[in-house]
Formats: sequence, structure tokens, C-alpha cells
Amino acid sequence: MAISNEEVAAVARLARLGLDPEDIPGYAAQLSGILAFVARLNEVDTSAIEPLAHPLDLHARLREDAVTESDQRDAFQTHAPAVEAGLYLVPKVIE
Amino acid sequence: MGDTFPRGVAALAAGLARGEFSSVELTRHYLARIAALDGRLNSYITVCAEQALTEAAAADAARAAGRAGPLTGVPYANKDIFCTRGVRTSCASKMLDSFIAPYDATVCERLRAAGMVMLGKTNMDEFAMGSSNETSFYGPVANPWDLDRVPGGSSGGSAAAVAADLAPIATGTDTGGSIRQPAAFCGISGLKPTYGRVSRYGMIAFASSLDQGGPMGLSAEDLALMLNAMAGFDPRDSTSVERPDEDFTRALDLPLAGLKVGLPREYFDAGLDAGIRTAVEQAAKVLEAQGATLREVSLPHLDLAIPAYYVIAPAECSSNLSRFDGVRFGHRCENPKDLFDLYCRSRGEGFGAEVKRRILIGTYALSSGYYDAYYRKAQQVRRLLRDEFNAAFAEVDMLLGPTTPTVAWRAGAHASDPVTMYLGDIYTTAANLAGLPALSMPGGLVDGLPVGVQLTARHFDEARLLGLAHRYQQETDWHTRQPALA
Repeated sequence: MAISNEEVAAVARLARLGLDPEDIPGYAAQLSGILAFVARLNEVDTSAIEPLAHPLDLHARLREDAVTESDQRDAFQTHAPAVEAGLYLVPKVIE
Repeated sequence: MGDTFPRGVAALAAGLARGEFSSVELTRHYLARIAALDGRLNSYITVCAEQALTEAAAADAARAAGRAGPLTGVPYANKDIFCTRGVRTSCASKMLDSFIAPYDATVCERLRAAGMVMLGKTNMDEFAMGSSNETSFYGPVANPWDLDRVPGGSSGGSAAAVAADLAPIATGTDTGGSIRQPAAFCGISGLKPTYGRVSRYGMIAFASSLDQGGPMGLSAEDLALMLNAMAGFDPRDSTSVERPDEDFTRALDLPLAGLKVGLPREYFDAGLDAGIRTAVEQAAKVLEAQGATLREVSLPHLDLAIPAYYVIAPAECSSNLSRFDGVRFGHRCENPKDLFDLYCRSRGEGFGAEVKRRILIGTYALSSGYYDAYYRKAQQVRRLLRDEFNAAFAEVDMLLGPTTPTVAWRAGAHASDPVTMYLGDIYTTAANLAGLPALSMPGGLVDGLPVGVQLTARHFDEARLLGLAHRYQQETDWHTRQPALA
């Protein structure tokens, strides 16, 4: 299954991943190769098999409804690219 | 330098306990070796000389006060994927080049509580995505056995550091073979525990249903000692398995009589290097001579492990790595014109080529219209594979085979074609898909390069797995061979 340059650009937009336009044909060729390779999965009939999301049969654990975490906003924001007054700064979203 | 120290955790711990040397002396020795030799290997991203000496002095003080545990004062190298409070955690990515975590991973907390001394953070493939340690933002790592060859990946820095004696033991993580394959390429031992055994809290996520941390060292005994400190239930990891703590050294001296070892016939197909096949067959004979019985078994769909893995791992990666958005932490582009531009350029600049490839494949596989054909299909094959392992383990106690189809390849050999590199993961990815514990140990040399022999066990059977490897290492000396560099 071949992937076109346009499909690579569309998937990159979905993933919010900026690509250099001149790299797109290379990604298209490599992704096509990977998809052709994983198409081997179709060699086996799995229609009667339930998907396995996780290797162990785990159940979500319950815990006491108690406060265990304290406010660490200052610590967490020390490595943020841009903050002001305890808020994360991003470009204006609403004009 | 000039001081000589024994090699390996068990011997170092014994020397510390007998007062033959102090942790400060030992730590100085390793820091001096790193300073002298790591320029040729690039196995460390960050060396923590000052902090390590402080921790070593604290370990010596604890020993003097009668508060030493089995590993107090033993140095280790920490893969740069485990968050360390106050020390940069880069995951070998430009994205996290300036990231200093505000907390310690549970693994680091546990090793600190055990009194171990962190020498530094080791190099790796970017975000643990790679099999050659060539995708690191901080440059490739060289294999100590041949500096022109790759050390394997993604835990290539940890493997190279232990092989070259720039650390007695190290942490690693294994999503599709990232502990076992570099251990094989560098001639050391490495264990991927059962999924859920070692806490993933603070271990930067790649593919959450596959990722598992584990030890990389010189012998099965050393791995058992280190796993005792690393493993244990952690309520902060929702997939941590709630089981009582156990002593992983307890089965090291158990006799092998009555143990059934299976040789999956699919492990010995045409793609396997003849020298590696011979090494595995010789390992089987060593185990048989000690009382184990050998039996051929079958994993009919083993060849589908890699395609299933290369759908599931990228899908989970594309989801996990969406957190790197240039807003809360990590790299941010200059002068974004709007929020979309901020996301796209921050991620485009921060991630390297292999990470981008996997995000693209994963996003594609999860996108509307393709989910059933790829992701659901891969999960169905995942169950098929797990059931085939379960069937094999109804007949035998352990599986024996190669870790990799070839020895370490030359740097750059697979640079243009990701799929040929992925094919090298044929013997390792299945254990991650099935969640099984698996170990690689040195089993020979081909053209002067180390060969890895892989053992796989039932879920939670690490103690016997380590015991089998230990018995093998009592009868052979491959694990004591050292590269000329060291």
C-alpha cells in the first residue's frame, strides 16, 4: 500500500508535526515500505480472535478517596517555556 | 587510577562489605575510567561526578553506622529515560535537551533507597526508538568490541558502559528488545522482566503496553541483585502488578534436573547466522548436561511479531508523544504565529527523523478508516502470539533461542532503510507483545563479536529464569570476556 506525499502531509497535520517539505517524499517512500511490510498481518485469519490490548489481565485498582498530591505548580512551571502569573503562555487563540 | 577493583556487582558488594575499599574510592575509580575512555564510546549523556561522590560518601557513612544493605555504595549507570530530580533527563532528544524533572522515577527512588550511587545518565536512541543507538540527539554510541560497529539499541549507552567497565551495572528499558539486543551486541547480560514487575512511574513512555525497565550487567547473579532493588509494587503506576516482594536470587543455585527447555523451531530458520545457531545449540548442550531436558516446540506465527509490533508500538508512541506540545515543558519554537504553528514547529524541530517516522505511522494506523485494518488487526495477532506462547509453556518451562539473527552491524549500515533494521527484532519483540520475562546472556563470539543467547520464561518466573542463566554461567566463561578497550 503506497502512501502519497499528500497523505503524509495530511497525517503530519493530524499529528501536529511540522515536516520540511523536501523531506516529505522520503517519508512517503519509507512509510509505504513499512505499511507494505505490516500488511503481512493479513496472511492470517483473525476474524474469530478478540483483540488483546494488554499482556496481563489487569483490573483498574481502587484507592481511598484521599488527597495524596500537593500543589506543586511553581516546581512544575520552572521548566515551562513561557509562563506568567502562574499561567502557561501561548499565542493568542481568540481574536 | 592504578587501583584494581573486582568486576561485577556481587564482587564489589562483597569488597565493600569487607571494608577492602570504600564507595568513594570505587566511585572515583569509575569516574576516572569514564573521563579517560568515554570520549571513544559516547555512552554517557550526562556524568554526575559531584553528586555521585556525595552519594558515595553518604553510602560509606551509612555503612559505618551499621545501616548498609546488600547494594549500598555500589555505583550504577542510569538510562537517560528515567526521570531524575535535579539532573537533566533528555531521553536523547533535542525536545528534552534542557528538561530537569521535578521528581525521581520510582526506579531511581528505589535504587537511591538501596544506597546505590548514580554515576550518570546513559545515551540511548531518541525516545528509545531504534535498534542501533544512532538516533540520539547527542550522537551515536560506539560498540566497545569494535568502535566502527553499533552497540545496539535503544539502551546502547547502558550496554556499552557496562561492557567497557564504565559502570558495574546499569538500568535499561525494553519495549521490543531494547535491553536484550544491546546486551547481546555488547557481550553482557540483560533482563526484561515481566510486564508490570518494574514501575513505569517516571520512566518516559514510548509504548505503554510494552515498555518495561530492567537491569543490564555482567552476570545473571548481578541482574538478580539489581532486580531485587528495582522491582516492586508501585501504586503510582496503574499497570504495576500487586504481588508480594520476592528475592530474585533465591533460585540461582537450584539444580536444573527436571527442567524442560523448549527450542522453538521458528527461531532457527534461514535468517539466523550460522555461528549464532551453533552458539545456541552449544548452550542447549550445556543446559542438558546439567540435567535439563530439551524439547522442540513451535510458535507458528512468530514471524508476525515484528509487523504486529511495528503497528502497536508506533500507535502507542504517537499517542504518548502528543504530550510534547511546546507549552508545558520541552522545546518550543521561536516566534510562533499561532497555536497550530507553535505545536507543529516545536514538534518538528524537537523530534528527530526516526521519532517522526513512528509518530506518522502510528497516527496513520489510528486514523479514521484505518484503525480496524491496522491497530485492531495487530491486537488480534498479539493475542494469537500470546496464546501460542501459553501453549508452548504448557509443554516446557523455559524457551531457549538466539537474541538476534546477526552480531552487531557496522554503523550506518541500515541508515536508508528502516524495515531492514526492524527485521533484526524478530526474536525479541514477541516477549514484549506477550508480556513475558526474557533474558539475553553472552553465549559465544562470531568474528570476534559477542553473541547473545536468549531465555524466555512464564510470567513472573524471573527467579528461575535467572537461575537457569546462572547455572549456564557457572559452566561457561563467555560472560567474563572483555573487549580490548576495557
